[in-house]
Amino acid sequence: MDSQSIAATHGELVGGVDPHSHPAFLRHHFETVAQQREAASFGMWVFLLTEVMFFGGMFCAYLIFRNWYHPAFVAGSNTLSITLGTTNTAVLICSSLTMAMAVYSAEMRRRGQLIAFLLLTIVLGLAFLGIKAVEYKEKFDLHHVPGPNFSIQEFVHPTNPKAIPLAPDMAEKTQIYFSLYFAMTGMHALHMIIGISLLFFLVAKAYQGAYTAGHIMPIENFGLYWHFVDIVWIFLFPLLYLISRYR
Amino acid sequence: MSTIVSLPDQATAKLPHKSYLNEEYGLKSWLLTGDHKRIAILYLISITFFFVIGGVLAGLIRLELLTPPADLMSTDTYNKVFSMHGIIMIFLFLVPSVPATIGNFLIPLMVGARDLAFPKINLLSWYLYVIGGIFILSAMVLGGVDTGWTFTTPLSTHYLNTHVVTAAMGIFVAGFSSILTGLNFIVTIHRMRCPGMTWFRLPLFVWGHYATSIIMILGTPVLAITLVLVALERTINIGVFDPTKGGDPLLFQHLFWFYSHPAVYIMILPGMAVISEVISTFSRKRVFGYTAVAFSSVAIAVFGFLVWEHHMFIMGVSQYSALVFSLLTMLVAVPSAIKIFNWSMTLYQGSITFETPMLYAFGFIGLFTIGGLTGIFLATLGMDVHLTETYFIVAHFHFVMVGGMLMAYLAGVHFWWPKMTGRMYPEAISKLSAIVTFIGFIVTFFPQFLLGYLGMPRRYAAYPADFQVLNVFSTAGASILGIGYLMPMLYLPWSLIYGKIAGNNPWQATGLEWQIQSPPLTENYVEIPIMDHEAYDYEWLANKTVHEVQTVG
Amino acid sequence: MSEKNDPEHQEQHIVGPKVYLLVFLALMVLTATTTGVAFIDLGVFNPIIALAIACVKASLVVLFFMHIHYSSRLLKMTVLAGLFTFLLLITLTMTDYISRAWGMW
Ligand code: HEM
Ligand SMILES: [Cu+2]
Repeated sequence: MDSQSIAATHGELVGGVDPHSHPAFLRHHFETVAQQREAASFGMWVFLLTEVMFFGGMFCAYLIFRNWYHPAFVAGSNTLSITLGTTNTAVLICSSLTMAMAVYSAEMRRRGQLIAFLLLTIVLGLAFLGIKAVEYKEKFDLHHVPGPNFSIQEFVHPTNPKAIPLAPDMAEKTQIYFSLYFAMTGMHALHMIIGISLLFFLVAKAYQGAYTAGHIMPIENFGLYWHFVDIVWIFLFPLLYLISRYR
Repeated sequence: MSTIVSLPDQATAKLPHKSYLNEEYGLKSWLLTGDHKRIAILYLISITFFFVIGGVLAGLIRLELLTPPADLMSTDTYNKVFSMHGIIMIFLFLVPSVPATIGNFLIPLMVGARDLAFPKINLLSWYLYVIGGIFILSAMVLGGVDTGWTFTTPLSTHYLNTHVVTAAMGIFVAGFSSILTGLNFIVTIHRMRCPGMTWFRLPLFVWGHYATSIIMILGTPVLAITLVLVALERTINIGVFDPTKGGDPLLFQHLFWFYSHPAVYIMILPGMAVISEVISTFSRKRVFGYTAVAFSSVAIAVFGFLVWEHHMFIMGVSQYSALVFSLLTMLVAVPSAIKIFNWSMTLYQGSITFETPMLYAFGFIGLFTIGGLTGIFLATLGMDVHLTETYFIVAHFHFVMVGGMLMAYLAGVHFWWPKMTGRMYPEAISKLSAIVTFIGFIVTFFPQFLLGYLGMPRRYAAYPADFQVLNVFSTAGASILGIGYLMPMLYLPWSLIYGKIAGNNPWQATGLEWQIQSPPLTENYVEIPIMDHEAYDYEWLANKTVHEVQTVG
Repeated sequence: MSEKNDPEHQEQHIVGPKVYLLVFLALMVLTATTTGVAFIDLGVFNPIIALAIACVKASLVVLFFMHIHYSSRLLKMTVLAGLFTFLLLITLTMTDYISRAWGMW
């Protein structure tokens, strides 16, 4: 639909039975519901562009240091739990599915189903954060958190007999790996926390029936956000957990 | 060809009964407004506030440099003063200057919409700006930052014990305000154009802001994450930029300049956007090569992302890579030159009149050309080794940012003041201020090219006595410049009450915004306009019958 | 009211559970694959395969969960613009890192 036909539909609206027959959720500065919907989804995508570049800076740093300090990255990566990582990936993909289904339910105007899927998404999101917390806790215990308490002991004299010991100066560089690990997963977790908070709000509004009367934009846009956070993890998982696992 | 139009309505013009200014009264109606025009005014007031603070700091810098030794303030204080000057002027004044005020006011009007696509986000962006400003001010009050506006690591992360984190957070928050402004513009320009408003009927002002918004959206988040990493480095020592831990300080430079070079185009494209409107209006001609000017804006935005390493030539980057970036930097001057040529061609055979905005616009063209050309000097590898970190750089970027953007900003403010307020400022004194600004500017910054070429380094409080004459010139010029800026700050508010009534279209311009009442109604257009002519069509304006589409409320 | 080839606008398209489930299954299978492959020594191909799989997964999410497959060209371009700028950041930064030591030995 081009601008001309926006005008045409507007003409219909005004020339039709009742000039005020537009739905309540149409904001005054938009001419048509379609225009409002398209503006909202385009706006969300533009916002996601900024998010791409926000994470992009860290991915760029990751790429450089991984090439410089490959052995340290391998050693650091191998201390992460592959079980927890894979589980978390699966959990997040499930939550993307439930979120997609929530959008579908809103489109179908099924209130109960919408609420159920949103709640499921919350549960899965919290599960992800829970597992992440367990992983973080382990890093604290092992002194693998960058900062004054960081210890390279485990990398110079590995307790695991299969691990290859690193020279002390390379072992120091595992700190860079863990810096990036915490910065990237931390920023990702922050996005999850924001997302889950928003989900609670959406559930409350959905309960009042706000999104099952044709106005599904907030659900759809939140879905975009949630899937984006999922995509970030889709990249973080192989980059952080799967470096030279065969060793 | 130029077309002379004379509209009869200005002499008898009356202020409209109803406008966005008197729709509601009270502080609350302003602070909670969703109206893009009111938000523009909020921005106008707040950026002027920060401009004054930044200006006072600039005055202090110039006073210190009046004499060779560091006598007015200690060297530490001097470092803080120039750092705060840079941070405030760049992040709190230049970046939001034209887009958030004039752009905010005009883009919906120019595309024929009732508001920006997301009015609440627009208001949010102003609040974020204010919060960011408070952070930066508190960093200053609590004791300042002395890293320079560039936050160079590891200086900023390890060697300085000042309020780097507070200032960085301020820039982070203010950055989000600029992201949201850009987002709003892009969506508005794509989605809210009125019927008949095709892309190539948009005023060039809108094109310029479209290009600016692209940079805001894609560049600013990189700065945000970089500052977060700096803050983490300071607070919990994560070490990504710390060479002692294996991090790379140059990575900071890459990420910082990935934003900050494109950001200099955030600080010039909106200015160019203003100049296109002003030049066309006061030569009564369609902008020469409309399409070329429109696309050159977008080209600048895109090329702007390809050149950042020219800020790092002497920092130990690869020579081969520096060669590539040197070449790319020269390329980016091409679209800028296209604009200058097209404006000159617009003037050619136009019916030029020298109203205040036009004087500022002429100032812009001259000064920006010098600034841009000296940029080419700096882009040349061998030359840059000699000139970098000297006053030559300082002169270069002040020519483009102050001579360019600030001139354009003032041109814009003077051009659209009648539309924003419905009143005219005193003509003679405003012309005088344009001239004083221009003279003051030249006297202040031209000597700095010479100083830099002679080898005076930037960012030092003291200098060898040999350099004093030129520095005295520069300081003297700064005081003239200060008077030039003070004048509009006095007569513009004065005109709010005593100014002549401007009428709908005092400049007889063709833009949609000039065809409605000034100041406009809250909803901008009673009925959404239908664009049936090209931009800058003075024939159309001449033929337009007396009865306005607009009913005055 | 929508014209077929207008780049900026597109009728809303409802994607059904069947598509979602298929994409979900594909994502799960790919996750299992990428984890499994990581335990096989393929030399330089390990990271390449890992990234390739991640890209396929991300594309699936973008195209179907995020409906880009059914969206206007404007939105498709928006996604590409993000990708493009990110690649600019990476490649131009790498021009420095790759060649920094050239001629230094
Ligand atoms: C038109 C083409 C331009 C070219 C070729 C150019 C080139 C350059 C180069 C090569 C440098 C780095 C000098 C050095 O650090 O050794 C530089 C610095 C700078 N330029 Fe430009 N420039 C141009 C336009 C602009 C514009 C339009 C602005 C702002 C509105 C601007 C603002 C700056 C600033 C702020 C710096 C110094 C940053 C700092 O180190 O603090 N430049 N320019
Ligand atoms: Cu630059």
